[in-house]
Amino acid sequence: MKTYTQKFLFSFFLLLLSLWAVSPLAKAEGGHGDSEKFNPKDMIMHHVMDSYEWHILDYKDANGEEHPVSIPLPVILFTDGSLDIFMSSAFHHGKEQVIKGTNVYRMDEHGHIKEANGKKIIDLSITKNVASMLISAIILIWVFTSVAKAYVKQAGQAPKGAQNFFEMIIVFIRDEVVIPNIGEKHYKKYLPYLLTLFFFIWTNNLLGLVPGGANTSGNIAFTMTLALITFLVTNISGNKEYWGHIFWTPGVPKLLMIILAPIEFIGIFTKPFALMIRLFANITGGHIIILSLVSFAFIFKSITVGFAASAGVVVMMFLELFVAALQSYIFTLLTSLFIGMAIAEHEHEHAEHH
Amino acid sequence: MDLVTPGVGLIFWTALTFVVVLVILRRFAWKPILGALDEREKTIADSLAAAEKAKEEMAALNAQNQKLLQEAIAEREKILREAKAVADRFVNEAKEKAIEESNRIIASAQEAIRNEKQAAMTEVRNQVANLSLTIAEKLLKNELSNKNAQIELAKSFMNEIKAN
Repeated sequence: MKTYTQKFLFSFFLLLLSLWAVSPLAKAEGGHGDSEKFNPKDMIMHHVMDSYEWHILDYKDANGEEHPVSIPLPVILFTDGSLDIFMSSAFHHGKEQVIKGTNVYRMDEHGHIKEANGKKIIDLSITKNVASMLISAIILIWVFTSVAKAYVKQAGQAPKGAQNFFEMIIVFIRDEVVIPNIGEKHYKKYLPYLLTLFFFIWTNNLLGLVPGGANTSGNIAFTMTLALITFLVTNISGNKEYWGHIFWTPGVPKLLMIILAPIEFIGIFTKPFALMIRLFANITGGHIIILSLVSFAFIFKSITVGFAASAGVVVMMFLELFVAALQSYIFTLLTSLFIGMAIAEHEHEHAEHH
Repeated sequence: MDLVTPGVGLIFWTALTFVVVLVILRRFAWKPILGALDEREKTIADSLAAAEKAKEEMAALNAQNQKLLQEAIAEREKILREAKAVADRFVNEAKEKAIEESNRIIASAQEAIRNEKQAAMTEVRNQVANLSLTIAEKLLKNELSNKNAQIELAKSFMNEIKAN
């Protein structure tokens, strides 16, 4: 059973690697098939950024005209109090405008939706990143409710298969990440949040590595939201001592407090800000490195460079698989640490008397 | 730059998705999983404690058994000793009785022998007297002619007999 799972995972990753190596090639080829010069920056940005459709490939018809093939996704827009919902395919890949009542929507050259009369749009579309995230949500719910069922079904027995694999990670997060930082007394309250956080980030990191996948966890809006949740959880949990430490650090001369208090106050925001930047930069950076390696083949137009670049991509893919787990671990670890700091019950009274 | 400008839509969907996933997993995944893990850890801890306790109880029981065995052995020895004493006493008593009985039998036998001897003596004396009388009668018949001599003779016999 175990070896079967391992074999399956191994072949799955091999498949991922080979597809990864091929998928951007196909895209890049399509991109510079005509006389235009291959532009690695555009190719890379196209892959790293969010979009309204899930782009798969481009092909050229008999007339040499290029046709993108993509899965259309729903566009949801609030404009002047009216809600407009339509499929992204209505834009015909940005070539046409969409008219809904009095609102005229156009897609600019950067792929953003603009209202022709300059009306303010609140854009809640199911973009590629959102779609990928919803898939991750379905995977998470499916996997972990199945694992939970296994516990109910064979209560009191040794875990097996996927249950064993996930138990290992869950116990690791609980015993090595959450309990040491938050403490035995309060950890149970935060464990569900931290487990969800870890697996949510990890799943989205891995989905980002799937060929043709979205760079969800490398999007600043995604990391910002998770950092914001950490910020809220930390500060709402913060006890008297936590706030006391920030605005009136014990044992510090009053004059120094004038400098120290603002620094400590800013510290509240810099901690989650660092979380946001770290995850964003690591994931997006990894994607850019892989895409850059792929670009070499098209810049130098050489098979030799292509093979060398592919070898580099394989190495980077393994590194990225590691980074995917590492970054979700670090995000969870630091969030536990911040919560632990916010709810810690120190004994300052003793220190102050010295 | 686009790359570092967070989009409102993705913020909204991320927050919503994360919270929904959190709520669902908390209720339907983490609760049973963490509960089962806690339960299992508790069971293991309890089992270890129970095993330790059983071991201690076993040791205590062993010690108790050993003690009981020692007591039983001591008891057995005591009973055997007592039984032997009783048996010895019985034997001794029997011996004494036997000796007494035999002494009594011997004494009564001696008594009987003495009586028999007395009777035999009397018998012999009677016989002797009778014989003497018969002899005397015959002598008398013969010596009747010589009366004096006969008397003398008879006297001398009688003296002899007396002397015996």
